[in-house]
Amino acid sequence: MMSQREKINLEKFELIIDSFQNIKGPLIPILHEAENMYGYIPIEVQNLISKKLKISNAEINGVASFYSMFHTNPTGLHHIGVCTGTTCHLNGSGKLLKHLEHKLGIREGETTSDGQFTIVPVKCIGNCDAAPNITIDGKVYNAVTITQLDELIIECSDK
Amino acid sequence: MKKLIKFKIDGIEYSAKENETVLDVCKKNDIFIPTFCHDDRFAGEAACRMCLVEASNSNKLMTSCTLIPSEGVEIQTKNDKVLEARREVLKLTWASHPNDCVVCDADGDCKLQDYMYYYDVPSEKEYDIKVRDFEIDYSNKFFYIDPSKCILCGKCVNVCDKLVGVGALSFNERGKDTYVSFAFDKGMDYSMCVSCGNCVSVCPTGAIVEKSKVKFRMKETRKVKTTCPYCGVGCQFNVVLKGDTVVRIDPIDTTPNEGLLCVKGKFAFRYINHPDRLKTPLIKKDGIFVEASWQEAYEVIVNKINETKRAFGPSAFAGLASAKCTNEENYLFQKFIRAVIGTNNVDHCARLCHASTVAGLATTLGSGAMTNSIEEVKHHDVIFVIGSNTTETHPVIGNFMRQARKNGAKIIVAEPRRIDLADEAEVFVQIKPGTNVALLNGMMNVIYNEKLYDEDFIKTRTEGFDEMIEVIKQYPPERSAEICGCTKEGIIKAARIYAAGKKAGIYYAMGITQHSNGTNHVKSVANLAMMTGSVGKESTGINPLRGQNNVQGACDVGGLPDVYPGYQKVHIPEIHNKFEKAWGAKLSNKVGLSLPHIINGAYNNLIKFLFIMGENPIVSDPDITHVRESMDKIDFLVVQDIFMTETAEYADVVLPASTYAEKDGTFTNTERRVQRVRKAIDPIGDSKPDWVIIQELMTLLEYPQKFNHPSEIMDELASVAPIYSGIDFERINEIGLQWPVFGKDHPGTKFLHKDKFSRGLGLFTPVDYLGARELPDKAFPLTLTTGRVLYHFHTKTMTGKNNEINEIVPVNFIEINQFTADKYNLHDMQEVIVKSRRGETVAEVHITDKIGDLTVFMPFHFADGANMLTNTELDATCDIPELKVAACEIVEKV
Repeated sequence: MMSQREKINLEKFELIIDSFQNIKGPLIPILHEAENMYGYIPIEVQNLISKKLKISNAEINGVASFYSMFHTNPTGLHHIGVCTGTTCHLNGSGKLLKHLEHKLGIREGETTSDGQFTIVPVKCIGNCDAAPNITIDGKVYNAVTITQLDELIIECSDK
Repeated sequence: MKKLIKFKIDGIEYSAKENETVLDVCKKNDIFIPTFCHDDRFAGEAACRMCLVEASNSNKLMTSCTLIPSEGVEIQTKNDKVLEARREVLKLTWASHPNDCVVCDADGDCKLQDYMYYYDVPSEKEYDIKVRDFEIDYSNKFFYIDPSKCILCGKCVNVCDKLVGVGALSFNERGKDTYVSFAFDKGMDYSMCVSCGNCVSVCPTGAIVEKSKVKFRMKETRKVKTTCPYCGVGCQFNVVLKGDTVVRIDPIDTTPNEGLLCVKGKFAFRYINHPDRLKTPLIKKDGIFVEASWQEAYEVIVNKINETKRAFGPSAFAGLASAKCTNEENYLFQKFIRAVIGTNNVDHCARLCHASTVAGLATTLGSGAMTNSIEEVKHHDVIFVIGSNTTETHPVIGNFMRQARKNGAKIIVAEPRRIDLADEAEVFVQIKPGTNVALLNGMMNVIYNEKLYDEDFIKTRTEGFDEMIEVIKQYPPERSAEICGCTKEGIIKAARIYAAGKKAGIYYAMGITQHSNGTNHVKSVANLAMMTGSVGKESTGINPLRGQNNVQGACDVGGLPDVYPGYQKVHIPEIHNKFEKAWGAKLSNKVGLSLPHIINGAYNNLIKFLFIMGENPIVSDPDITHVRESMDKIDFLVVQDIFMTETAEYADVVLPASTYAEKDGTFTNTERRVQRVRKAIDPIGDSKPDWVIIQELMTLLEYPQKFNHPSEIMDELASVAPIYSGIDFERINEIGLQWPVFGKDHPGTKFLHKDKFSRGLGLFTPVDYLGARELPDKAFPLTLTTGRVLYHFHTKTMTGKNNEINEIVPVNFIEINQFTADKYNLHDMQEVIVKSRRGETVAEVHITDKIGDLTVFMPFHFADGANMLTNTELDATCDIPELKVAACEIVEKV
């Protein structure tokens, strides 16, 4: 049972960076690793990547803050997002988001105090014919109703 | 040569070279194209969309900064469609820009403002977009970043990354939320920023602006082009003035600095208008300085000179010229000492920095200067930095080294400290201070055994290889590694990389020269370069980096005891005769005393009268206690300076001199380039330019000098020094010339020793490793090495007048590593007393992993600092003291 994120271990992460040394453009895959391990990309990890890849920490921070899939502050164990693209919106995703915010007691972009959930902003994910869509930890669920959303949250909490 | 592409701009035919963009061609031909993001120093970004033009072969507008013209294409730069598009870009940019020009620091100095005006864009906003609203970052001491006023052109990010090579700034977030900041939005603390201010210089709006002490509008200012007074790079910049106050320094995109500056050149200018400037002559009466008129001061000096001369003869005099004064002033100064006083006892602080280079390279190659140009730094494929902390001491050359690395060059660093460049190096060899020769011999041993040397070059261009190689054979890398305290693999790797370089350049500074066998260290460097044939070609050579703005020039024009201007030996009868005739005076043909011997002479009561122009030996020379005692013993001391320096306190008469901003003249930079210094303001107070003071004194001493302007002094210098013979102020008005310049139609010399060394054949010298004279022992178990920091210059006389600089490096410090700190039970930032056999000093502990076990580093900038401890042991050939190695001990402060 995964109830919390991994602790930051720079020596261990250095080995991960080393394993990407031979590929072209290793920065993004390494940032993904960090995001997956820690739920965000801690400053000390960005500094380590900077030192190892000889890319300035400012540039790494720039890349990390550019993509919405990366976070520069700690996030919850589970990332839930409600698509706010046009089709999803027309199919009631606004209600879903409101429900989710109310249920978790946080706004989009925020993390629950127990560190379990973060509501991440999601723009169109290209699955419009099955709107409204939500994503949970990268997995897409389509034509979601409020009841289903509640069930999915309970499922998550049990994990 | 590739064919030129013919095409039309606004109906007129032009031609473009391969890879030239439409914008390049427009710029060349003075066709106006507005740009925000473009900079000639890097490839077009096409980010700002201001440079849009219409091309006949495309149905959409094209960015001229990236558009390579095709044959016959017709370009329109100012038809309605183009102008409307530019207006649209401006309207959109303006929509999110704060409308506060009236109170903006950049008013009158803003491209957005200029283009809005030029293209008749109304200040009323046409698009309803949220105006950018970000917090201002004031964390840098010299400038602030206001992302609200940023138009996201990216120039600052590009300059920092591509040209400076630091990468302290970056774009964050995206879309309309994008802003530029230091890493993690944590300001300077987490940043790699070195405050060079190049981002400030390129920002087209008010987003990155200098924190100015003086309120000014650009329309109130004027600009004067001149040469930077700090290190030997010789950067060109405009001094921006409001009235008589320097308010800003703007770099110029020209040779040699290509629009770059460092923190000192850009921001440390406050000393010029500083209230503490000496404004009137001072005469010491009963131990107290009393203000005096020039006439009174001259009278005292002239009487004393005559009196001393009568009693003790000319050899009781000595003069210290100045690596900070102009060529003209140094020329006149040595002429004063030689022709008026009648002694060759003239020297200056080049003795302390590159005396061994002048001696070592003159014997081996025939000329003691950088063989390449600064511009060539970017084109090396291998850069070997030994005994130089280039990014701090010669920052702009450091920038070019980083550019070379980005272009694929490999960097080798050999240093006792893990300097910034070490992190970017292919191989970093951390050696014990003073072990350069062992390292170089070890590298040559590898090169010899692996047959990586250039046999042809050795055969045709050099002599003495066989004798030298016998010594090299005794230095297998294992032995060298043991002496240097490094790994043999490091030596082998360094040797292989260096030897493989087709355009390898060695860069060295005080880490090589300031040793009791410094001349041999230099010869060893020459051996390595000649062995691989890496000298005498473009972007290939041996490059001693000169430390001060005009240390090269002060040597060139004869501020040395053994040579007249142009390195012509005083003891050679024909030369001696030539100068007696030229100067119409009886000259001594005896080599004069060098700086350390002048100090010793004063100590031993042999030197009675010392004239110091712009030098501060009480901070810069080794063993301060000894220097102080010597100055105390001197019968009469004249100090001519811009501030009351530590040395001036000892003077009998102090003469107020002018800064570089108050006079005309020339400085010769480290690449031998003679560049103009231009008067921007009148001398402050009653001060006078050094050349005027010396000339007036010479005249009062019945040796009339009637120079109306420094250019006339240069003309006289050119007439007696062949290497300067082609130089005059007219010729170097735009871009300086690199000596030798033999005659008015000689173009100057970009790199030395092409096809033939100045001495004929390059001379290999067998050099054995000799340790420093003072090695750590039981009583003094630590090895002290000294050097500069980025923010301060020499004895701090100029940089120390800038509060921000003092806030960054406020007090003397000692760098030690954790191992040594644990041994002494020290913690970071604690004050300690450091002792050597010569004295003691207080320093703040800086614990760092830069330095090796039991080795410590201290900057020499501070009065009663590192030089209280340093060793006065001299190199037998050139009298350079062993400033780089001394044994010391740390005593905890009670």
